[in-house]
Amino acid sequence: MQVSKMKRVYVNEQWCLGCHLCEYNCAFANSGKPDMAVALKGKIIYPRIRVEQDGQITYAVNCRHCTDPICVKSCIAGAISKDADGVVRIDQEKCVGCMTCVLVCPYGAVAPNENGVMQKCELCLQNSCGEPACVKGCPNRAIVYEERG
Amino acid sequence: MEQYVIIGNGVAAVSCIEGIRSVDTESPITVLAAEPHPTYCRPLISYYLEGKTTVERMVYRKKSFYEENHVTVRYGVTAHKIEIHTHEVFLEDGESVPYTKLCIAAGSSPFVPPMKGLEKVEKQFRFQTLDDALALEQALTPDAKVLIVGAGLIGLKCAEGIHGRVASITVCDLAPRILSSIFDDLCAARMQAHLEQHGISFLLNDTVTEFKGQTAVMKSGAKVDFDILVAAVGVRANIGLVKAAGGNCNRGIVVDARCATSMPDVYAAGDCTEGYDLTIGANRVLALLPNANMQGYCAGQNMAGKAAAFDKGIPMNSIGFFGLHAMTAGTYFSEQEGGVCYEECDDKHIKRIYTKDDHMTGFLLIGDVEKAGIYTAMIRNRTPLYSVTYDALQKDPSFASFSAEKRGQIFGGVV
Ligand SMILES: Cc1cc2nc3c(=O)[nH]c(=O)nc-3n(C[C@H](O)[C@H](O)[C@H](O)COP(=O)(O)OP(=O)(O)OC[C@H]3O[C@@H](n4cnc5c(N)ncnc54)[C@H](O)[C@@H]3O)c2cc1C
Repeated sequence: MQVSKMKRVYVNEQWCLGCHLCEYNCAFANSGKPDMAVALKGKIIYPRIRVEQDGQITYAVNCRHCTDPICVKSCIAGAISKDADGVVRIDQEKCVGCMTCVLVCPYGAVAPNENGVMQKCELCLQNSCGEPACVKGCPNRAIVYEERG
Repeated sequence: MEQYVIIGNGVAAVSCIEGIRSVDTESPITVLAAEPHPTYCRPLISYYLEGKTTVERMVYRKKSFYEENHVTVRYGVTAHKIEIHTHEVFLEDGESVPYTKLCIAAGSSPFVPPMKGLEKVEKQFRFQTLDDALALEQALTPDAKVLIVGAGLIGLKCAEGIHGRVASITVCDLAPRILSSIFDDLCAARMQAHLEQHGISFLLNDTVTEFKGQTAVMKSGAKVDFDILVAAVGVRANIGLVKAAGGNCNRGIVVDARCATSMPDVYAAGDCTEGYDLTIGANRVLALLPNANMQGYCAGQNMAGKAAAFDKGIPMNSIGFFGLHAMTAGTYFSEQEGGVCYEECDDKHIKRIYTKDDHMTGFLLIGDVEKAGIYTAMIRNRTPLYSVTYDALQKDPSFASFSAEKRGQIFGGVV
């Protein structure tokens, strides 16, 4: 399924403060817990968006929902699909944690969760947030959710 | 109206169907499938034995796949002969299946070298198909001693899969190191030590000279008692049909970037082919699932009349054993060949990145494999090293080492 017209998460690195709030909001939104402190306090978090920084440069990386995703073609478990809405999704029931998706993702946007099952940004469409939590909570509006291209 | 026929029903066949249907939603597709199962994920047979998946979950596509794509699958049917002049495939019983476009997606078969006394070994298995795994499972008992011949990916994955279900596992190989086709000595020694910690024994540089009942007599003189034998020496591309029809074959069926064979209207994809490896600039067998998928799609599109090319094949493997992960990609050129190796090595991780002529050509990683895909893409896309800050990138795969413009394209645009 080759879908390019869709809303995606975009990051403007000029505006990114490197505050890592998006990582916490992401981990919380995907935790299934009602309270942020219960979900995250004292825990190693496994967010699906990651801030990278190097000196002056800061920006956040998450799944690009590629038009022609190589993770989908490479998954040895048939667990990753690009659906009619353009969203690239991982079926965590089918994933066996072989990490082939980590080997092929050109953006370094797939990583295991705390149980070794692969996860990545799925735009908060399946969790209770309903819209990307990283976007909603970005204090400088460096992360936006819109259709481009 | 075309009449598409696909020989084989693995991953390459499925993506060939998807490639055809992305162009032609009408013409009939017939799949000749020797195995009696809907396409399953072949690499998961060891995960199945390990209890990490089930037969239901390891299907490659959902149940409705064939129906939705108007595909007729003939299970348990083997193609016997291709007649290129009349555009027919003959089955074993002589039945003719006519085609206008044919795709050979026949995969590979286990290769078992002659070993004296092998035919008398009662409990012996291959490890290639779901039925192989199910048959092996039947033989597993908590007190069974297992001998696996072959310390390649398939033999070792089998070892991991059955580890908790048998008493002991010994793996032997003629090569001096494990995973010899993808690992160098350093990485192989590290992974071997890790496997040994989990109780797997190795006899390397050694081979079975004779089976005497339940004992394997090794070339070194060692004797290994076993209850179950798994032969996982290697696989060979299924080239027989094409060879007999006069098509061009080396170790695999020779295909061009369009996945076309040397015969008119005949395409081939997956493990049975020899495709282009851009890291060596020549053809070789790349028996890997991602390649099977991408070749199959490319073949399908071309069969349906849309020009497509697959010219980005590289060897690449992601393999973990008992929680220790390794990733390898591309080609490791030696100093004599003009290669340069960047190395990090401590007691938890190994990283070796190979570059040549201002390009990354290959890498080996053990332990820390995070974001390795950034390196893989450098190889696949032939990204020149001068366009990145390579000193930083070799230490840490991050887009901070790319230009702001590149980051803008990726994180601010549609890719
Ligand atoms: C244990 C194991 C672990 C693996 N792990 C990995 C891994 O981690 N990563 C990776 O990338 N790859 C892995 N592989 C390799 C991967 O499974 C293959 O590259 C991939 O399945 C190839 O797909 P294919 O469609 O080309 O061939 P296959 O899946 O082999 O399908 C070919 C099919 O064609 C059928 N066939 C053959 N001849 C005929 C005929 N004449 N008529 C009708 N049907 C015929 C065969 O029965 C078979 O079902 C592994 C393989 C094994 C066995």
